[in-house]
Amino acid sequence: MQVLVCVKRVPASGGTPQLTDDGVRVDTRNLAFTVGPHEECAVEEAISLVATHGGAVTVLSVGPAEAEEQLRYAISMGADRGVLVDSGADELDPQATASALTAAIRQLESEGGPFDLIMFGNESPDAGNYQVGIRVACALGRAIVGGVKGITIDDDAGTATLHRGVADGVEAYEVTLPAAVAVKEGLNLPRYPSMRGRLRARKAELAEFRARIGTPGTPDTEGGPGAGEPVELVVHRGGLRKLRLRRPAETQSETVLLGHGSEAAPAVVDILEELDVV
Amino acid sequence: MLVLVELDEHGVAPGSLEALAWAHPIARELGEPLHAAVFASGTIPPAAPGDPLVDLSLRAELARHEVSTVHTITHPELADYSPERWGESLAQLIAGLRPTAVVAAGTERGTETMAQAAARADLPLAVNCTELERSGAPGAEGPDGPDGRSWRLARIRQGGMLLEDAELTAPIAIVTLAPGAAESTAAPNAAAEPADVPEMQSDVPAVAVERFEPEFGDRFVASRLVGRTTRDGGVSLATARVVVSGGRGVGSADGFGPLEELAKLTGGAVGCSRVVTNNGWRPHSDQVGQTGTKVNPDLYIACGISGATQHWVGCMSSKAILAINTDPDAPMVKRATYAVIGDVADIVPAVVDEIHRRAQ
Repeated sequence: MQVLVCVKRVPASGGTPQLTDDGVRVDTRNLAFTVGPHEECAVEEAISLVATHGGAVTVLSVGPAEAEEQLRYAISMGADRGVLVDSGADELDPQATASALTAAIRQLESEGGPFDLIMFGNESPDAGNYQVGIRVACALGRAIVGGVKGITIDDDAGTATLHRGVADGVEAYEVTLPAAVAVKEGLNLPRYPSMRGRLRARKAELAEFRARIGTPGTPDTEGGPGAGEPVELVVHRGGLRKLRLRRPAETQSETVLLGHGSEAAPAVVDILEELDVV
Repeated sequence: MLVLVELDEHGVAPGSLEALAWAHPIARELGEPLHAAVFASGTIPPAAPGDPLVDLSLRAELARHEVSTVHTITHPELADYSPERWGESLAQLIAGLRPTAVVAAGTERGTETMAQAAARADLPLAVNCTELERSGAPGAEGPDGPDGRSWRLARIRQGGMLLEDAELTAPIAIVTLAPGAAESTAAPNAAAEPADVPEMQSDVPAVAVERFEPEFGDRFVASRLVGRTTRDGGVSLATARVVVSGGRGVGSADGFGPLEELAKLTGGAVGCSRVVTNNGWRPHSDQVGQTGTKVNPDLYIACGISGATQHWVGCMSSKAILAINTDPDAPMVKRATYAVIGDVADIVPAVVDEIHRRAQ
């Protein structure tokens, strides 16, 4: 089966994010970059699905040229090839991101046939718009289930069963392939890249498209790039525009120290009694 | 203005109560009536209220928020939840009504349905908003520019570590409300006695009910709900009043024994940090954090959890936090309401013993 995984380059933020002086973005000068935990699980799942059912894994990213690093990481885990849609340094709005991904997928599928499964992370860890995968699936006319933590493929029936946790249990959905899925961390434990994988990733050739902001009604791809020039995809901007970022006001009072070691137990139980839970 | 109202076995789901309370003043400010949309047969679990057309308590609840009209969405294919069918139904309802804005709770299902609807209607969607208002700024792209009306909004990013101020320009604003960002207005008679019902019948709330039946083509592509297992017993992490959560400092899977006992004694649920699930000490369904469950108990007991951002955003909405940690400088200790410094393996069993001692 042909599996496509969409990944986003995001800052690996361990602590409170620092903002640039103009407050428009997170100051990433001292940060490493990564793909989010949901997407790392998507890459892992794609690799193991292909190991069982045959086929190949393609990873696709819309973002700055540096997103090459995340594509190579996925290849080092075991993905077969990487495709970059260079959209410049500024983060696209969710509609534009979806339109860039959709255009790239149409281009790839016109060359290599449909992807049986297109995988997304449930939401990006930074912007958290919860909609890019759904928009792409709708544009392509495919079913999509979000929040998925379990995938079973039935090759004969051409279907996938997708499990997701809900507040009081687990729901199972069936989709007919080709379909899409947005997964969550907990789906699996992503592997660490092997040394051989790293070497392979370093040498891998990445396919490249270039995103150009266009106006609605124009075709998704502009034909005839010059020799060696990446194919240009026309991307449509959406109606949501980020103005600036700020930190929420923290209503922080002093921590009350109840004591050290087991001697603090009565003070803890006092609090539980106040809450009327014991 | 339209609010997508989700139902649970008690009536209007808590998140939707927040969404109604949040949307109500915005609609009033705009001088527009407030409408609600409910999926009449898509309520899960099956023990949910009957047809909202006749469910008086639901109508009373909507009337309390000055909802003038409720649109009940019905179709044989909507017996079970389906992301695509719910989204398509809502998109069709929106296309007919042309509301100024559509609001839903930022629950998993609310977000999924709104994203499906926005994608199908080719409209922008702003999720996890905390503020929304029409922007009065004049100019070429002014309030009623060629691309629609302009709105200013604030939404949460990075699980709540950051707020984003954004401008939304659309013919119809589609937004979800960040969980916990608005207080639901408490019902005056939350638990109406069955005896009250006949009395209410003479005073049926003035909410107009309109049935809406969407159309699905023969080749409509949708995922199918084929199974549902409900967790038997136990307290759900998302709704527990007390969460006893463990991190690296618990040391092992066995180390969770005393935490489980404390959770049992307090009627609470056990949670854990990402390190713990990665080590295989607890199932991923116990994980609290940005990529796990977000909790908001009355008391969050963080045992041996240092408090990395990814974890913090999952528990920061707790009313109080008790940190138990050997490191007095751990971020969790610094941010907690209460702290006990020391080893989890000594302190938690001592707390359990103290509860038993007082119970005698």
